[in-house]
Amino acid sequence: MITVKNYVKPDTLEEAYELNQKRANRVIGGMMWVRMGRGNVNTVIDLSGLGLDQITESETDIHIGCMCTLRQLETDRRLAEEFGDFFRECTRHIVGVQFRNGATVGGSIFGRYGFSDILTAFLVLDTRVKLYKKGIVPLSEFVRMERDRDILEELIVAKDGRKAVYLSERRSQTDFPVLTCAASEKDGKAVLAIGARPMKAESVETTLEGMEDAADTFPYGSNMRGSSEYRRHLGRVLAGRAKKALEEENV
Amino acid sequence: MEVQFELNGKTVRTEVEAGALLLDVLRELGCYSVKCGCETTNCGLCTVWVDGTPRLSCSILAAAIQGKAVTTLEGLQEEAARFGAYLAAEGAEQCGYCSPGFIMNVLAMERELCASGHCPDREEIREYLAGNLCRCTGYAGQMRAVEKYLRERRG
Repeated sequence: MITVKNYVKPDTLEEAYELNQKRANRVIGGMMWVRMGRGNVNTVIDLSGLGLDQITESETDIHIGCMCTLRQLETDRRLAEEFGDFFRECTRHIVGVQFRNGATVGGSIFGRYGFSDILTAFLVLDTRVKLYKKGIVPLSEFVRMERDRDILEELIVAKDGRKAVYLSERRSQTDFPVLTCAASEKDGKAVLAIGARPMKAESVETTLEGMEDAADTFPYGSNMRGSSEYRRHLGRVLAGRAKKALEEENV
Repeated sequence: MEVQFELNGKTVRTEVEAGALLLDVLRELGCYSVKCGCETTNCGLCTVWVDGTPRLSCSILAAAIQGKAVTTLEGLQEEAARFGAYLAAEGAEQCGYCSPGFIMNVLAMERELCASGHCPDREEIREYLAGNLCRCTGYAGQMRAVEKYLRERRG
C-alpha cells in the first residue's frame, strides 16, 4: 500500500503538469494499480476535475479522454459501431464490472504495463496519444518512449474503417492474461500486436497471409503463468485465429 | 482534510486523511457491510455505488468522493432483504462474508441491464458478477437465486 501526504484535484492541466514535475508526486488515474504499489507519495494528483472522462467523435476520429473508464470503452455505442465487438472483447475479462468502473484508459496506456489488454488492443488501430507538453505522438512510438512526467490527455483513434479482432488466453476467467493478441486489416495491410509475453505489447505490420509468421518475430519470456515456449506456441495459434476471423469478417 | 458527500441519502461531513480509502472511512461511519476481503482489488466485497455506479471502495480515496453520492447495503435494506431471501431459499449462503458486496452488485446489475425490460441470460449474469468472489461455494446457489429473483421481478 502507498502512503499519501496530500490530495489535489487540479482545475487546469497546467496545474496538474506542474505538480507532476516533482518526483514525489503522482497522478493516480483510477487508482487501481497505484494502490497495489508501495512507497510514499507526497501529493496524489486526481485528474477527475478536468472533464477528461468523455468519449467524443469528430468526422475522422474518436477521442477518448484519459479518465474514461474501461467500462466506458466496453459499452460505448460509437466504438461498437466503428469496431464491432473489439472493445468489449479487450475489456470484459478484466477483473469485474466494479473494477472496470474505476480503472482508467489513461492509466492503462500511460503505465505501459506488460499485462495490458488495453495497450495491446489500441496498438492495432490508428491510435495517437495526446500529451500535454509533447503534443500528439503515435501510440506505437509512445510505447517505446522512456517514461517521463508528461500528462496523457487523450487517445485519438482514426475512424478509418479497418476491421479489428481481439483475443486473449487466460488460465481462468478474469485473471491476468497469459498472452494477448490483437489484429487489424484494411486494404490488404494488417497489423498484429502481441502483449503479456510477459512484456509490454508491441505491434508489427504484416499481411493476413503473414500473420502467423509475424507472431514468431516477437520475443517471448517465462513467468508463473507460462513458459516462453508455450507463449510462442500460443502466439501462433492466436494470430492464426485472428487471421481467420478477419478473413471471414467475423469481427 | 474535510470531505462532504451524501451517504445513503444523508449529507455527511467528515475529517479524513489525504490517503484514507473510502472503504475505511465508510466503516468508521458505521457501514460495516463494506469489507475488505482480498487486498488485491479483485474480490468485490467492498462494492458500493458511487453516483449509482458499482465501484470497489478499496480503490477510491475518500478525498475524491467530495460532492458525490455513496450508497452501501445499509441504504438499500428493503431491496437487499428481498434479494437476500432468494439467496437463503436457494441455500446459497455459507459464511455470508461476501454477501453484502455480492448483493450490491446484483442490484446494480438489475438497474443497469434490466432497465429496458431486458432479462439477462446466464452468460450475461456470470459476466457481470465475475468480480464477486465467494470462497465457500461454487456459485451454483447464487446463480439459481439471481435467475429466480430476476425472473420473478421482471416477469
